Amino acid sequence: MQSDKSSVPAAAVSRPVRARRTLPLNWLGVLPFAIFVTLFLIMPTMKIVIGAFQTPDGTLTLDNIRGLFTPSIMAAYWISIKISLASAILGCIIGFGVSAAVVLGGLPQWIRGPLLTFSGVASNFAGVPLAFAFLATLGPVGLVTVFLKTQLGLDLRLLGFNLLSFWGLTLTYLFFQIPLMVLIITPALDGLKREWREAAEILGASGPQYWRMVAFPILFPSLLGTLALLFANAFGAVATAIALTGSSLNIVPILLFAQIRGDVLGDPHLGYALAFGMIVITGIANTIYIWLRARSERWLK
Amino acid sequence: MKRIWAWGALIFGLLYFFLPLIGMTNFSLKMRRGEYSFDAYARVLADPKFQETFGFSVMMALFTILFGILLIVPTAYWVRLKMPGLRPYIEFVTLLPLVIPAIVIVFGYIRLYNTSSWLPLTGTTTGTNVLLMFGYATLALPYMYRAVDTGLRTIDVTTLTEAAQSLGAGWITILSRIILPNVLVAVLSGAFLTFAIVIGEFTMAALLNRPAFGPYMQLLGANRAYEPAALAVIAFGITWACMGLIQLVTRFSKHTRAQR
Repeated sequence: MQSDKSSVPAAAVSRPVRARRTLPLNWLGVLPFAIFVTLFLIMPTMKIVIGAFQTPDGTLTLDNIRGLFTPSIMAAYWISIKISLASAILGCIIGFGVSAAVVLGGLPQWIRGPLLTFSGVASNFAGVPLAFAFLATLGPVGLVTVFLKTQLGLDLRLLGFNLLSFWGLTLTYLFFQIPLMVLIITPALDGLKREWREAAEILGASGPQYWRMVAFPILFPSLLGTLALLFANAFGAVATAIALTGSSLNIVPILLFAQIRGDVLGDPHLGYALAFGMIVITGIANTIYIWLRARSERWLK
Repeated sequence: MKRIWAWGALIFGLLYFFLPLIGMTNFSLKMRRGEYSFDAYARVLADPKFQETFGFSVMMALFTILFGILLIVPTAYWVRLKMPGLRPYIEFVTLLPLVIPAIVIVFGYIRLYNTSSWLPLTGTTTGTNVLLMFGYATLALPYMYRAVDTGLRTIDVTTLTEAAQSLGAGWITILSRIILPNVLVAVLSGAFLTFAIVIGEFTMAALLNRPAFGPYMQLLGANRAYEPAALAVIAFGITWACMGLIQLVTRFSKHTRAQR
């Protein structure tokens, strides 16, 4: 206690003096970064956020936000949220399965390295080329479509499958969602200590009990957090959707793209509101991610 | 039993990932009726538009990497050395491009830097190119900063700086001859990732009306049948090459460090 009391004032006295002498020069060092971020990240975003609450002549209004609540725009948000959520949930489950198979399932160790490398590649293989790959596979004359039709007599189109639809887009997004999940969750699974399992078994826990009462609660924050990240990842994806569907599927990023190109909504400030809505949704998802990651890191250190 | 499940999960994953890759490769080879050929590739590679847009995107990527290194290495170094209290805030800011979709950022650019604004970057071709490069640097910020910061964590920044200073080195010498060579592997990883991101980027280039590779691919996809598949194979190859190079430099550095 004694040493605590004496050291605190000493640190408190010495620090401000040193800080005051070098403060102006120190700030100069981060100035270029601060200017860049302000000009090309903060200000453009603020412009959109403020514009969402302004009329064209600059007075404050809530009409733009109210304008979002029309059936067609709400439908666009809804299908965007559905696709993002579906691809995030499936991505989490399948990615977890693959990662658990490699880390805990007793597969040979050499699989791990190539799997992580491949995940790095696949999670970055998004955008226009990914859409082409899926068109060549599941499109009307794609590899799998033709194979099923000629060899097994299954006509995907008659079965109601269409690549330019909710499930088609979800299936395509999964191509970068699953590897991202593998990349994030593998370190978390590595962090599950063998001692915890042994301790649980000594106390008489069965396998499912260990998972339900020990492993799952520990992994839960990182699972849910990754879910939020995958959601935001899919929600902001523009290129894949445009290259895959043209403009036939009415999702928010495509609508915003068309609005920026040619003011299809007929009201520039409604475009601001549309973009603002996107920031709010991905912002909520990422806040959940950051908050939960901080919680999960407490256990996995 | 457990092992069967594990193999099942792995095989399911592999099937899902390799079918589209096989599909696109197969499709790209089928331009000539009835036999496999490289016609689609020949057609793509001979297209002057391909050469033009690909060259443009490569140049964009190189400038973005250069700008990113010049901006981020000194900043990350300075924050580690002098203002460690600022680190959480800087880290938060660098993660923002993951939160704010690229389409929203570029929308802001168009409104903020149009011809009637105080900084009319979109008024000239050079200005728009510079704006696009800044946009790419913003997109790469989370990856680049994290890579460099992780690299700096492995070296003793304070001691190196003081040693260099006592030998009479100035800030530029310290940064270019002490810090940069020490974090080169991290910087290169960030650079290759930036390259992979920039080369196929679509949204920003399309909305700023620049002739980049991403919009070219999209245009070709809307008008042709076999060439897009060939482009997808090429793009996938580039992504592989970038990730492979990252692995290579990382492994190379581990090797030299172990020997020392």
